[in-house]
Amino acid sequence: MLRVESLTKRFYGLVAVHELSFDIKKGEILAIIGPNGAGKSTVFNLITGTLKPTSGRIYIEDQEITGLRPYKVASKGISRTFQTTSLFDQLRVIDNLMIGYKWRTGLGFWNTLLHTPAWKAYQTEAYKRSMETLDFLGLADKSDYFVPALSQEEQKRLAIGIALVCKPRILLLDEPTGGLIQEETERVTDLIRRVRDNGTTVCLIEHKMQMIMGLVDRIVVLNYGKKIADGSPDEVKSDQAVIQAYLGGEVNA
Amino acid sequence: MFTKPIHTKLLYLVILAAALLLPWYVPDAYIFQIVTMSVIFAISTSGMNLILGYTGQVTLAHGAFFGIGAYGVAIMTKAGISFWLALPASALISAFIGLLIGLPTLRTRGAYFAIVTLCFGVIVWIVSGNWIELTGGHNGIFGIPRPSAIPVPFFGEITFFTQTGMYYLSLAFLLIVLFALHRLVYSVFGLTFMAVRNNEPLADSVGINTFTTKLVSFVAGNFIAGIAGGLYAAIIGAVSPTAAGYMMTFNFLIFVILGGMATLSGPVVGAFAIPIIMEFMQFLEDFRMLIFGALLILVIIYFPMGLVGGLRRLNEKVVAWRQRKTTESGHASS
Repeated sequence: MLRVESLTKRFYGLVAVHELSFDIKKGEILAIIGPNGAGKSTVFNLITGTLKPTSGRIYIEDQEITGLRPYKVASKGISRTFQTTSLFDQLRVIDNLMIGYKWRTGLGFWNTLLHTPAWKAYQTEAYKRSMETLDFLGLADKSDYFVPALSQEEQKRLAIGIALVCKPRILLLDEPTGGLIQEETERVTDLIRRVRDNGTTVCLIEHKMQMIMGLVDRIVVLNYGKKIADGSPDEVKSDQAVIQAYLGGEVNA
Repeated sequence: MFTKPIHTKLLYLVILAAALLLPWYVPDAYIFQIVTMSVIFAISTSGMNLILGYTGQVTLAHGAFFGIGAYGVAIMTKAGISFWLALPASALISAFIGLLIGLPTLRTRGAYFAIVTLCFGVIVWIVSGNWIELTGGHNGIFGIPRPSAIPVPFFGEITFFTQTGMYYLSLAFLLIVLFALHRLVYSVFGLTFMAVRNNEPLADSVGINTFTTKLVSFVAGNFIAGIAGGLYAAIIGAVSPTAAGYMMTFNFLIFVILGGMATLSGPVVGAFAIPIIMEFMQFLEDFRMLIFGALLILVIIYFPMGLVGGLRRLNEKVVAWRQRKTTESGHASS
């Protein structure tokens, strides 16, 4: 579904991502793991257009998206979340989601100013879809809350919701459970599983091995910007290169 | 989705009635002129609020766009063009120059945009003082004709020879601008302005073209400044470089900040309250600027959301206090 071909990113002398190729298959949950500084977040930034690759190509369903601006990439059906929970924290929960849905609608300056029938239809559609997403996230009763009033876990879920509200084809999650305790991690994991079951392909960066092993279908392992393994959790677990580079010779997943 | 409580609506109705009846209870021509100017500044400041308050782009060229509107109307009406044509034309010129300035500068972020717009503001001020053939230099342009009368069927016609006529004209434009801004701001489209202000990288990643959003806001805000400037020229009957100067920008800036950024009522409150406060401090002569400076600092420290923001917080506290009281009395009776 999404294909990355020999992607390379250099920051001056440093090679952050080196000749990386992998693909994300429709309907799966893929994890990208690796030690700190392995280039995981850089890969996300390259796919979503936040950074421009030095070389290499990115395709979604055979359509090239290499080097497109982030808002264009979003409109190709690729949504993302950020490592540090990124929200519109001056606005209400429902506003956050409606902003996420906006590109799906034809809401613009003139139809908003003139309140055309199309404006009314789009506005209703955006509201309905946002409430639907809030229901899915389990935040429906907090739609009018301002973001700072939410708990850490609720904010993480809202961040996923902002990415999910526009019905993306692929959802890229950058450490969706970072900083959460076990119980909250399980709830977010369950949410990710439901996202996949609803037909959205998921790719995530994560550090919590236990959570990944039970959740994902496939794992891509990076080290120093290079792919060192690609396979099912069981395959990766027993891969010598991975054990050496990442797990430090011990596997207790 | 975006409705206001009933008592707020009632308050607005009372203010509207007070504004409509103003010529009956303000007989003093001097004060009446100040109020009319406040209406015009409220229009312009509302435009600045769209750019600065809602979209978070620190524009310091608002006075320049106000001046472009004012000079536009002055030059065109002196050339014999009707005010009713000159006003929208001047506002469009203001918006178009805003577009030209916005295209390169809105790609920069934060302080750079503020500096570039400040420079543009100074350039417009210098040009208006020195391009004597077009602007009349530092003396400006005098004898700008008043708007021609509008014929109304079965009623006669609406004339603008009196202060009262010009006051109602400005008020009508203020209401139209506020109505339009209300529609823009309380909508999903308006939320994208706030999204850009609040978190530009996230807005970008959820499919919002942040550059276009900023540009739309900047151009629309400058269009409004142009309208206000055009009205100013027609009411005063003369334009000089001070109408386009950076002091004008800083006045608008103070109105927005003290009134309340990112609220629709804030700029209006600021544009009315501050000239009135200044009038009351008239006896202090030049020392009033000292006191005013101290006041500005106090407001920024203790009411970062301005007067309207402060009132809103007070209202929230009163509501919370009332709720507590009802629950307490509920406990007491049971």
